[in-house]
Amino acid sequence: MTKPPSVVEWEEKILEPALAKAPERAEEWRTGSGLPAQRVALPEQVNEAYLAKLGMPGQYPFTRGVQPTMYRSRLWTMRQYAGFSTAQETNKRFAYLLAQGQTGLSVAFDLPTQIGYDSDDPKARGEVGKVGVAIDSLADMEALLAGIPLDKVSTSMTINAPAAVLLAMYVAVGEQQGVSPASLDGTIQNDILKEYFARGTYIFPPRPSLRLTTDIFAWCSANTPRFNTISVSGYHIREAGSTAAQEVAFTLADAVTYVQTALDAGLEVDVFAPRLAFFFNASSDLLEEVAKFRAARRMWAAIMKERFGAKKPQSQMLRFHTQTAGYALTAQQVDNNVVRVALQALSAVLGGTQSLHTNSRDEALALPTEESVLLALRTQQVIGYESGVCNTVDPLAGSYYVEGLTDRIEAEALALMQRIEDLGGMVAAIEAGFVQRQIEDAAYEYQRQIEAGNRVIVGVNKFQAQERIRPPVFRVPREIELTQVQRLQKLRAGRDAAKIAARLEALEVAARGTTNLMPPILEAVRAYATLGEICGVLRKVFGTYSDLASRR
Amino acid sequence: MTSQPQPHGRVLIGKPGLDGHDRGAKFVARALRDDGFEVIYTGIRRSAEEIAAAAVQEDVDAVGLSLLSGAHNELFAAVLEALRNAKAEDIPVLGGGIIPEEDIPDLKRLGLRAVFTPGTPVEEILSAFRAAVEEHRKGRSV
Repeated sequence: MTKPPSVVEWEEKILEPALAKAPERAEEWRTGSGLPAQRVALPEQVNEAYLAKLGMPGQYPFTRGVQPTMYRSRLWTMRQYAGFSTAQETNKRFAYLLAQGQTGLSVAFDLPTQIGYDSDDPKARGEVGKVGVAIDSLADMEALLAGIPLDKVSTSMTINAPAAVLLAMYVAVGEQQGVSPASLDGTIQNDILKEYFARGTYIFPPRPSLRLTTDIFAWCSANTPRFNTISVSGYHIREAGSTAAQEVAFTLADAVTYVQTALDAGLEVDVFAPRLAFFFNASSDLLEEVAKFRAARRMWAAIMKERFGAKKPQSQMLRFHTQTAGYALTAQQVDNNVVRVALQALSAVLGGTQSLHTNSRDEALALPTEESVLLALRTQQVIGYESGVCNTVDPLAGSYYVEGLTDRIEAEALALMQRIEDLGGMVAAIEAGFVQRQIEDAAYEYQRQIEAGNRVIVGVNKFQAQERIRPPVFRVPREIELTQVQRLQKLRAGRDAAKIAARLEALEVAARGTTNLMPPILEAVRAYATLGEICGVLRKVFGTYSDLASRR
Repeated sequence: MTSQPQPHGRVLIGKPGLDGHDRGAKFVARALRDDGFEVIYTGIRRSAEEIAAAAVQEDVDAVGLSLLSGAHNELFAAVLEALRNAKAEDIPVLGGGIIPEEDIPDLKRLGLRAVFTPGTPVEEILSAFRAAVEEHRKGRSV
């Protein structure tokens, strides 16, 4: 049988250059029992309809994945989200995870850090170091990353409203290590829109927040070309209760807003778009989730190409991180969560994720213990090295069911995106409470189904058992709040007050004008101005947002 | 002419601290409403003082607090204190969220009337609110 010309062309133009850059991990690929495993299984007829809807992997519309060889060249990045207590404590957890074979870092910040308050702010009371690590200044970032070579390890930071400040701190630590910004590799979440309707760590109103986003896009394009400048997140939308199609629709509608805002500010689409990344949830319906990831990829490719005229393939590729569903974890029979997480993680891999966080079994109780985190990481390693699903690219393509679901999710999400356009775009839809209502209704329906027993949750509304053994729970010691506050106050006392004042003044002038805010933020960070001081200046200029306005 | 059924009572659902996870709070608020309560939801990121002030101003029969950030020991206590300072310590307070079992006895000693963890059937939450409201109203009428 001769190869169709489109496949020959793909091999020459896409596959071969990719193999030259990233060779496959083995010469020969076989199933567990020794049968040959195809790199890319194809339909009998590689016709126009196939090429338009699915295409070859690494080729528009990227339904089958963003790389031509996918996991045969490199497994996804195994990236466990971690952070608690002080920078020193989290640094130890990072070292442990890297020693266990984790391939990238993911920093969880505590809520005061995420909302731009220093640890000694009255609003931070009780929250310091609880859901993540407390970072008040560059000194904490230095401690967090001590001994970690920033030219070798990529770091993802879940930080949104104050993303520019934490990015500046990361760049400054790189400089101290002798690593130029251009060599830094990582991601900042920097996705403010979903904070207003799904996650809650906003600081400023939407419009100045979008300016910060655009300033980051522009500054990073010129200075940190390997850094993902945003991770547009459906994860939290799903956690808040949305359906799969809503997750795709609201995430892509957010992304459209970021692209349009950047274009309006005069940026070139193919300059910033290749560094846009995404973040999705892996929930419990395995095949629906696979379809969701594939649909999102196809939709984004079309949006970038047709609506925004992006020419570079990298601008059209939806690259994404996945985290398994936190909301699906149960406090009852916690070991059942190990199985749930394995299936959810499998859906992400079958859906072609670029990186993955697997939740730990005990996260419906508290932050995970070290043992639980290790088991979660091992789950990824078993899928990657033992299950055989990495032998071939997009293994579920061509399944009547999965392709049908992919089309269906795409159609539903497109219809929802059209409603948002009709409302005047995502900011207007959020301000009108439309997005919030959609999610709340879906969440309510989901919970009602559980209450009625129409949706079975093993160990919760069926197969319940008396549990005699309580799993050990991870605790952040109460004293750390005091430790962190003392550390911060010592830092404040030892600084050059005039220098801090001058740099904060320069930031304020920039914020009132229209110049890019990254340079003055970087200058303030280098002088050890605190996160709270920097965000305080921006609060003064931009004002703050409250959810009261958009509530019914 | 049809007369409106008497509501079971007025309830404030509050999110103290900086935690933005309000899927649970919103679900409970809606379930209470469907059950016949009048419900006021504070929105996220309220201080203990704001929650206490709203409870007094709205003249509620019970307060439900939701927290998933792990700061429940500090922040639930802060709300109870704020209610005391507002001379409203008679309003029963119930809580829920990601709360380890072992913290529950201490929270109850502090004055929480009930603490609900993930997986609690909604009927259990509703009946706890019904009982709390009824007791509070009885206490008032004497």
